[in-house]
Amino acid sequence: MTHHVLRPPITEEQVRALRVNDTVTLEGALYGIRDANLIALFDKGRKTRFDMQGQAAIHTAPNVKRVPPSPQHPAGYAPVCVGTTTSARMERFTRPFLAMGARILIGKGGLGKGSLDAFAELGGAYLAIIGGTAALETTWIEAIEDVDLDDLNPESIWKFRVHGFGPLLVAMDSHGASLYDAVQQAASGRRAQTLARLGVK
Amino acid sequence: MRVEPKAVEEVARELYVRALKILPPDVKEGFARLAATESDATAKRVLGTMITNIRVAEETENLLCQDTGIPIYNVVIGRGVEIGGTELKNAIRRGCERATREYPLRSSVVHPITRRNEQTSCGPGIPPIHIDFSDEPETLVIEMVPKGSGSENNSWLRMAIPAEGIDAIKTFVVDCVLDAGGKTCPPTIVGVGVGGTSDLCVALAKRAATRPLGTACEDPEGAKLERELSEAVNMLGVGPQGLGGDSTAFAVHVEVAATHITMNPVAVNMQCHSARRASAAITPAGVEYGF
Repeated sequence: MTHHVLRPPITEEQVRALRVNDTVTLEGALYGIRDANLIALFDKGRKTRFDMQGQAAIHTAPNVKRVPPSPQHPAGYAPVCVGTTTSARMERFTRPFLAMGARILIGKGGLGKGSLDAFAELGGAYLAIIGGTAALETTWIEAIEDVDLDDLNPESIWKFRVHGFGPLLVAMDSHGASLYDAVQQAASGRRAQTLARLGVK
Repeated sequence: MRVEPKAVEEVARELYVRALKILPPDVKEGFARLAATESDATAKRVLGTMITNIRVAEETENLLCQDTGIPIYNVVIGRGVEIGGTELKNAIRRGCERATREYPLRSSVVHPITRRNEQTSCGPGIPPIHIDFSDEPETLVIEMVPKGSGSENNSWLRMAIPAEGIDAIKTFVVDCVLDAGGKTCPPTIVGVGVGGTSDLCVALAKRAATRPLGTACEDPEGAKLERELSEAVNMLGVGPQGLGGDSTAFAVHVEVAATHITMNPVAVNMQCHSARRASAAITPAGVEYGF
């Protein structure tokens, strides 16, 4: 179990060095993506002006406050509460998103087989953050630097500047390992025993 | 006691923000209980982060979770409370809109077909406002539940048949917990509805999922079932965030209703670890906030 500090852009070599149960702290840029903006990009043919090469993205749609643009709030938004949403809904977008050059996805609850294969083939990893701990997560956000596809607000594509973002747990790596698969298999293996305890015949 | 719609509006606004910020004491106690007994090292760390988050939210007066949820209001009207039914519902809706605009909260509500977000946390049929009655004199109680989508997206109904018996209910609950894995933000409160019609069964599951921890089903058979299921689901090892461990659920709660001779319905609705709710009692003495 190794701790890594990553500052995007992240190289393929860096992401392939991550193994499940390692931990990561992210510094610098972090993009916010989720349902509506991924549907816009990959189903509706819309484009983003953000270059995702070597970038990290988190499944999120934050609570924000509109403020006059300033050096502190260059996009005219102040972060109010930034958390993480359930990644499973974004499963089919992992591959095309990595194909844009992104290296890291951060989320909660894990992703499936298609994503795990994409991480292996394209060089990516999934980092687990603790869902529902947004008050804490917000303290790691320095600013909202930019925003794109803002007509989808709050499901815009957000660009955050983060500091000490983590520790995050490497839960799916580029070598075919997934902590979620391991836990799910073990849990399914305990089904019969659990039903027996309940007296189910 | 005449209750002014303006007072209801203020309470509805305040309740939404309070619910998002302060976790009820029974849920905090639930965390302490799980943290004390958890045997898995990763799960202990995950629970520790969740407990830290509760403290940070209070210290920074921030929201516990980014998901402002679907706002749900449960109203209980006591004896001698005078307010027009329509003005009551309109006032709650205005309060919900104002909380969203004035705080500002993320509006998590869209039209189901156009997916358009009005940025008000409101839309057709939302917020759901459930109205019930009590014998409490001159008391209007409003409870607010911001129901997060991670847990709400994991909701199930099965119209089992009598020949499948109680085993069908128990098996269904276990399989739902397995299916949910980490997607519901465990540790959860697993709400189980048993009996009724299909819609009542699902409503019972929601009521069970949002019931305070430490309370028991009023029906003795339902109470027995929830004790058995609470122990059983924590044998599965799904753990906090689906990363493994003993703490899969704070508890399984069961609510029951009578059903048809041909029916054996069971529904499951889950509440995430950010099991948020707030309530207010409006009486001639004023407004008292609680959980």
